[in-house]
Amino acid sequence: MANPCAIIGIGQTKHDTKREDCSQIDLVREAAKRALEDAGLTWRDIDAVVIGKAPDTFEGVMMPELFLADALGAVGKPMLRVHTAGSVGGSTALVAASLIQAGVHDRVLTVAYEKQSESDAMWALAMKIPFSPPLVAGAGGYFAPHIRKYIAQSKAPDDIGIKVAVKDRLNGVKNPYAHLHLPNITYEEVRDSLMLWDPIRYLETCPSSDGACAMVLASESASNAPTRPAWVHGGAMRSEPTMFAGRDEVNPIAGQECARDVYKQAGISDPRKEFDAAEIYVPFSWFEAMWMENLHFAPIGDGWKMTDTGATAIDGDMPINPSGGVMCSNPIGASGMLRFAEAAMQVRGQAGEHQIDGARLALGHAYGGGSQYYAMWVVGSEKP
Amino acid sequence: MSEDVTGIVVPIHLDYTYTPGVAASRFLRHIAEGNYVGQRCPKCKKVYVPPRGSCPTCGVPTDEEVELKQTGTITAFCIVNIPFAGQAVECPYVSATIQLDGADIGFYHLIQEIPYDQIHIGMRVEAVWKPREEWGTTTESIAHFKPTDA
Repeated sequence: MANPCAIIGIGQTKHDTKREDCSQIDLVREAAKRALEDAGLTWRDIDAVVIGKAPDTFEGVMMPELFLADALGAVGKPMLRVHTAGSVGGSTALVAASLIQAGVHDRVLTVAYEKQSESDAMWALAMKIPFSPPLVAGAGGYFAPHIRKYIAQSKAPDDIGIKVAVKDRLNGVKNPYAHLHLPNITYEEVRDSLMLWDPIRYLETCPSSDGACAMVLASESASNAPTRPAWVHGGAMRSEPTMFAGRDEVNPIAGQECARDVYKQAGISDPRKEFDAAEIYVPFSWFEAMWMENLHFAPIGDGWKMTDTGATAIDGDMPINPSGGVMCSNPIGASGMLRFAEAAMQVRGQAGEHQIDGARLALGHAYGGGSQYYAMWVVGSEKP
Repeated sequence: MSEDVTGIVVPIHLDYTYTPGVAASRFLRHIAEGNYVGQRCPKCKKVYVPPRGSCPTCGVPTDEEVELKQTGTITAFCIVNIPFAGQAVECPYVSATIQLDGADIGFYHLIQEIPYDQIHIGMRVEAVWKPREEWGTTTESIAHFKPTDA
């Protein structure tokens, strides 16, 4: 049986299109210092640093963890970089948690970031594959066909993506760190926005952000902090090949199994009933409906109904992304850790204006690559 | 008076030498002759095109070659309207996954010769090849796919 792991410090940057006021170094330190401050600790108290970010082409800097070691106080300490594409923020937190759960360290600082403005992620994700036509058009071009397939299979009304986009942007207004603050957004504005990758509209797409997130994870004996900790009740990762005959890209097996594993660890049998909040990785608004099915919150074909009936709203029975989620801030490498951190903030009662009253159990979820990497954790206000 | 320098632009350029491997090389040589040739898994019998040389599900080599028809079905698609750095095809264009008859997995190609609002999942399509002298070891030898009834 693994040792308990507490989340005692959480910090994030203000996310924005271009954080020209700071370097990559300043960005990770901004989040890390806030996490240390929240934990009531200093750099000196940290035993090891685990950092994650998405592909190096997103900034055009090879292995940035090397030059960030000093800035993150890792000199003379173990430092590890994790990379699992868009899910990396989640898997980085889980690697850090495993160092606590295995009894290796007492206090681990984990950080994830992206400074998208320093390169061009669309270009980085649209490189020509040799000997084939140059058709790939970034992440949207890859995921749009899956969304079209979901709409066809589920017979969902074609405006579910619009409703999620409006809901998440209005949630984001309550989050001071969110990149997009669009208090006046309307259904009509999203509907009439440019179709970028039909069926995905501009306003149904996440922004491109600079930002970072950090957490201090601690063993039971090191879990005293100014704010009561959140506790890890389960953590799981899964992967699957990007392409194999019969693959269901809409409802990938790896995601279904990752969810089953993490629910089993946390003793959850009915996620919709038992979770008070969930922060899930929704880079294109339709994915809320798709993930509700993949995460067993709704029967196959019914995920969109949760959005349509308002169940996923901040005042619904299953609030999804009360922080505004990836639809409001997408510093890619940090986006997964932000989901994990926002889930922990909910059960610590730290979420401010987007706090779900009395939240005790929450899910953090991230996915990446061609929907082939998954990372999830369940966090609770009580020690498991 | 001088402004503070907060960043500089440093372009990067990457040259690749790409080795497609045995299975993909055989596939591409067949393409250069005007044929779509996949490989069948001896265990699960699924036919992969382009072949990968092994079955990702069963983990066994796929030696048996299977010549496929050049007709198939659209399994998913999107209409790309967004211009971006390095883009080679003019917007808007339709990027679709097409599963050839006799194959068990789709691949990406262009759909043309039909108004985009009439394209649907399940639509039957066929390969339209470029002029013979433009064929080579690339699936760009196929100009695009078009509806079978067009």
